[in-house]
Amino acid sequence: MINVNQIKKDFPIFQHDPSLVYLDSCATSLKPKQVIDKIVEYYSQYCANIMRGIYKISEKATEEYEDTRKVVAEFINAYKPEEIIFTRNTTESINLVAYALGRQIIDSDSEVITSIMEHHSNFIPWQQLAFENAALLKVIDVDEEGCLKNMDRLEQIVTKKTKILALTYVSNVFGTINPIKEIVRKAKKINPQIITVIDAAQAVPHFKVDVQNLGCDFLAFSSHKMFGPTGVGVLWGRYDLLEKMYPFQYGGEMIEEVTLEKSVFQKPPHKYEAGTPNIADVIAFKEAIFYLKQIGADNVRTHEKNLTYYALKRLNEELLGKIKIFGPRKADDRVGVISFSVSGVHPHDIAQFLDEKNIAIRAGYHCAMPLHFFLNEGATARVSFQVYNSEEDVDKLVEELKEAIRTF
Amino acid sequence: MSMYQDIILDHYRNPRNFGKLEKADHTVSVSNPLCGDKISMEIIEEGDIIHNIAFSGEGCAISKAAASMLTEYVKGKSKDELRKLDKSFIMEMLGLELSPNRIKCALLSWEALIKILSSTPLTAG
Repeated sequence: MINVNQIKKDFPIFQHDPSLVYLDSCATSLKPKQVIDKIVEYYSQYCANIMRGIYKISEKATEEYEDTRKVVAEFINAYKPEEIIFTRNTTESINLVAYALGRQIIDSDSEVITSIMEHHSNFIPWQQLAFENAALLKVIDVDEEGCLKNMDRLEQIVTKKTKILALTYVSNVFGTINPIKEIVRKAKKINPQIITVIDAAQAVPHFKVDVQNLGCDFLAFSSHKMFGPTGVGVLWGRYDLLEKMYPFQYGGEMIEEVTLEKSVFQKPPHKYEAGTPNIADVIAFKEAIFYLKQIGADNVRTHEKNLTYYALKRLNEELLGKIKIFGPRKADDRVGVISFSVSGVHPHDIAQFLDEKNIAIRAGYHCAMPLHFFLNEGATARVSFQVYNSEEDVDKLVEELKEAIRTF
Repeated sequence: MSMYQDIILDHYRNPRNFGKLEKADHTVSVSNPLCGDKISMEIIEEGDIIHNIAFSGEGCAISKAAASMLTEYVKGKSKDELRKLDKSFIMEMLGLELSPNRIKCALLSWEALIKILSSTPLTAG
């Protein structure tokens, strides 16, 4: 069980702003003291560049940086730490695959498959890759409950020509948890050569993700959505693929030898980490993983499932006929994300009205324009929960939503 | 101070000049990429004077109230005069301090007005 009052003490923002009701963790989570302290530790105790210093503080910084790689590898059950590449964010991780591998394997005879529920970060890289190479982009639809359509008839979508299947583990709009393991298994049965790329940005903060169990080829996520610092993304990839791919960026730190005629690159992961990386934030990222582990993935999931159940119940019962809620009906089938629209009140006005009561929610397209066009909706409002949210937060939300409806 | 003062809510609930004009001389539409809101604006002119104006489309309270207030102001004014209106005029008219994300909402109807004025030929003199 999670004690929210106790947990809130770990997040300094609540000391600074005790009345804050933060319901936008889907955009970025708040940061615990442990993570913030670790950033300060690096800058104040061993601030040095990594990999090349022949002095103590540089060696210490390198060790801390590489230690995070091990912690991340263990966190997602990677085969080895060398499969973990640090990027800036999920977007950059996915772009890395699209550029470094996509441009190697896609031609005008290829198909690339993604879905309409993707965040733009897992949609546009594939749309553009297909466009540039005159390949076919296939987009999987969703049903009325916000689940991927026709997954039991995958052979009608995936073919021998499908080179890449890029899907999100969890929808950032609906909260839908997609059956990724099952989809990957079926897709590989139809076409063993297929490359599967999973956007796990909204999955890793909420439940245990295991790349060996999923059977996918690439998995991308961001530190900042799981209590870690901004500016750190992760790309996990199968090592044999990482060895074959082109570098993504060229420059310092990624080479073994450079002559006027040619360059020899390092082995993965360093081959993909050109230039001085975001040292402080990578180092502090492991503290976020320790924090998540200390609470326990199952506890996080249970807590947010209870909150989602409670919120869905109150919103459905008390705002009946005035609110339209998107995504799966049951809390079991989604993470703690609820997108909705309120009749007669624009999402921007809902967000602004709630902000005046110090309740932070999101309004807009949530970086999923194709999905909103498909739903025939303009912008929507979205709330999302994390371990520092309580039923009291949901109560405040529901009461102020009622007040907003009365006001407009 | 709440952004939703009575005057804003009044213009939102009962927008002035809302709807379509018969025999409009010019029509434009603009949209806000942040939320997909669209505003159409139509005018009937008499020489250099805006004789009548209307707007339509869905929007948030800020964008609708701004459009309502702006169209009220515009009626009977000369195009030359209206071309001089800038963003600060809209902010003063609304009497609100807006965050950068909401300024776009407030300025949507002003953008439509500027667009419609630039689509009509400049009058001589």
